[in-house]
Amino acid sequence: MLHIKPILSALKRHKVGTLLIGCQIALTLAIICNALSIVHQRITHLNRPSGVVESNLLVIRNDWSDAVGAAIAPLIRTDLSTLRQLPGVQVAGISYGYPLRGGGWNSAISTKPNDTSESLVGSRMFADDQVLPALGATLVAGRNFRADEVKMTDSHTIGAPAVIILTQSLAAKLYPDGSALGKPVYVGDSPTPSTVIGIVRYLAGVSAGSWADSTYDYVMLEPTVLMDKGNAYLVRSKEGQLDALAKAGPAALFKANPQRIIPSGKGEDAGVRTFSEVRAQGYKGDRGLAIMMTAMSAILLVITAAGIVGLTSFWVAQRRKQIGVRRALGATRHDIVSYFLTENFLISAGGLAVGAVLALLLSQWLVARFEMHQLSALYLLYGAMTVMLLGQAATLVPALRASRVSPVEATRSG
Amino acid sequence: MFAYYLQLGLRSLRRNPALTALMVIAIGVGVATSMTSYSIFRAVSGNPIPQKSSQLFVVQVDNYGPQKNDNGEPPQEIDYTDAMALFRAQKAPRQTVLYPALLSLLPGEPGATPIRPAGYAVYADAFSMFEIPFLYGGPWSASDDQNRATVAVIGRELNERLFHGANSVGRQVRLNGHDYTITGVIDTWNPTPRYFDPISSGPFGDAIEVFIPMSRAVDQQLITRGNTNCPGENYGNGWDAFLRSGCTWLLYWVELPSAAEATAYRQYLHGYAQDQQRAGRFGWAPNVRLRNVSQWLDYQRVIPPETTLSLYVSLGFLLICLVNTVGLLLAKFMRRASEISVRRALGASRRDIHAQFLVEGGAVGLAGGLLGVLLTGVGVWSIDLLFDPQIARLATLDVSLVAWTVGAAVLAAVLASFYPTWRAAQIQPAWQLKSN
Repeated sequence: MLHIKPILSALKRHKVGTLLIGCQIALTLAIICNALSIVHQRITHLNRPSGVVESNLLVIRNDWSDAVGAAIAPLIRTDLSTLRQLPGVQVAGISYGYPLRGGGWNSAISTKPNDTSESLVGSRMFADDQVLPALGATLVAGRNFRADEVKMTDSHTIGAPAVIILTQSLAAKLYPDGSALGKPVYVGDSPTPSTVIGIVRYLAGVSAGSWADSTYDYVMLEPTVLMDKGNAYLVRSKEGQLDALAKAGPAALFKANPQRIIPSGKGEDAGVRTFSEVRAQGYKGDRGLAIMMTAMSAILLVITAAGIVGLTSFWVAQRRKQIGVRRALGATRHDIVSYFLTENFLISAGGLAVGAVLALLLSQWLVARFEMHQLSALYLLYGAMTVMLLGQAATLVPALRASRVSPVEATRSG
Repeated sequence: MFAYYLQLGLRSLRRNPALTALMVIAIGVGVATSMTSYSIFRAVSGNPIPQKSSQLFVVQVDNYGPQKNDNGEPPQEIDYTDAMALFRAQKAPRQTVLYPALLSLLPGEPGATPIRPAGYAVYADAFSMFEIPFLYGGPWSASDDQNRATVAVIGRELNERLFHGANSVGRQVRLNGHDYTITGVIDTWNPTPRYFDPISSGPFGDAIEVFIPMSRAVDQQLITRGNTNCPGENYGNGWDAFLRSGCTWLLYWVELPSAAEATAYRQYLHGYAQDQQRAGRFGWAPNVRLRNVSQWLDYQRVIPPETTLSLYVSLGFLLICLVNTVGLLLAKFMRRASEISVRRALGASRRDIHAQFLVEGGAVGLAGGLLGVLLTGVGVWSIDLLFDPQIARLATLDVSLVAWTVGAAVLAAVLASFYPTWRAAQIQPAWQLKSN
């Protein structure tokens, strides 16, 4: 039914045009399926759960300007009671390091004392007993810290904590054969053990970065307040009170003691952030790249389609006479349309075959250069189908115009 | 002639407004995406100190050992023990230790709350090494370093804020509860990427606002607000134990103006590590690095992978837009075979045809380029919606970028019209006229 041979011999007379469309289709396929694969990876990345109940959570970063050493301890206690007395506050805790903070403290952890191999590294959070409830994290085993377990110290005087809480994934990695609960772990090649007293279902590490993809949720919490570090107050508000607290919280703290620094910067440097902002800022790069790649792919498809319309229109205009002859010799309108569609199909198929090879090469290069995942065959298939359908749709417009060429054209000269 | 060709070109372009618009848009969009990506790439990949980038070196000494170091690479920063030993030796013409000290500053006006300025602890040599420009005054002296003096150099913006831009040399600024005497005010200075410490402050942060002597900062036990790595976290209690520990938290920079000096210093470093091995402090063979600014920035991978990726993808995008334009121009030019034949028959040479069609292609490119400038403007303006603000603000639409944009578009379109033009000029006038 399809007369491929005459089409091929016609194409031979339009080598450059054919080559250009084929080239464009190949490049488009190579770029869009890699771009969409990147988008997919980024979206998967930024949709990862944080393990935090993200609504109604406020993060207030606080530093002391003059107070040093032990003098800070009572100041922190006053702050916490100030915050807890505010209307609208459910829970308030203090922590150095919280999920998606944007960097923090990482420590090695092991089941052996003095283990210097550093094979397992996780985010280390220094938290009081109110941090887990403030985050809304779920314990799957064991218990939270008790208030009397919380030590106040400075960052140069930390030892191994007596008790520790781990995320489920980290606990399972350390003790693959059973529950880690009640077992000893050694933090930062310490010679003394810490006992695992609780296991949290899930908690994101301090950094959203992709460096730690597999260890992203390896988190250890210890009942320590690092007084000399820039701590954050984690405040869970009552429903609907978050915005009011974002103003009232820092104001109350300044009223209680003005000798403090709550940074006024923007983005990650902001002193007061809702957890939604923390998440948005943590994943800003991922989201930006995803949006850009999606937009580029969409524009690329439009441009390729427009290019096909343009070139096919030109061919139609060039062959008006031949079309007229064919029509006069009995070809139906349908025959004419299917001629151009088949022609585009052949070019697209060639372009897609080359494009698939290009796409895989490009993907391999991206994997090597940017530590991406390999392009899945499914993406290639979807991409090829999209480009093919697009090509056919784009050809349809000029092909229909061609089918309306009257047989009379055959008799005209020129 | 040029004006005539331009007129012909414009008339022809007006004949197929949809096709023309398509070409202009394709070029404009392609150029704008590449230029937006390039504007960021250029900012993050620039040489922050071109005149000295091969004379300034960062020193790395492996005090971790083969078991703990990063696949054979020494730690990025060095510990206090090594920093002090190297500094006491004074083997380079200029050298400095530096770290981002955690500072709090109390502005003088009543009722003001403390602020956290971006501050660094350095030695006096740092100012000449990094060519830090002064608005008023100058650096402190080497004897200030020795005496752990409470002196400071502040940034221009901070001077604006604290002293309303007046010459504040000799006045006081209150840092962490102590009064520091200002010896100098820095003019606008924020090298990008921040080569002297891309680790702790990030390569693309705000300008540094306060410098104080390293000796003073350590004396006052000012902790770093930057990166600290420890080979073992159980080094004992307190500040002195921290200083004695193998924790790496300092950067060590030397200025070595000649290749001979660099070689000599490299040998000295090797010897130093050997001495440490002999003394039993290092249980491994010397493993030291001396990287100049460009090598250091490469090693630190300061260019975010997203930026490079965007650049490559948008260049691919531009390539497709160009292929597209070649196709469309070809279609357009070939359609005008008869027009070309008539012109050739009337005596136009191939060169004339070339000129005419290249002008037409160039006009498309120019229109695409102008659209590209407009869209690049939109892109640069909206880039901070998508990217990290510290990087996004580096993207600026300046004159050279506009020139680049238009130039790239015209060049792209002229290149794209080259083949169709050649084909158009190949047409045999007689053959074409006869068939009509």
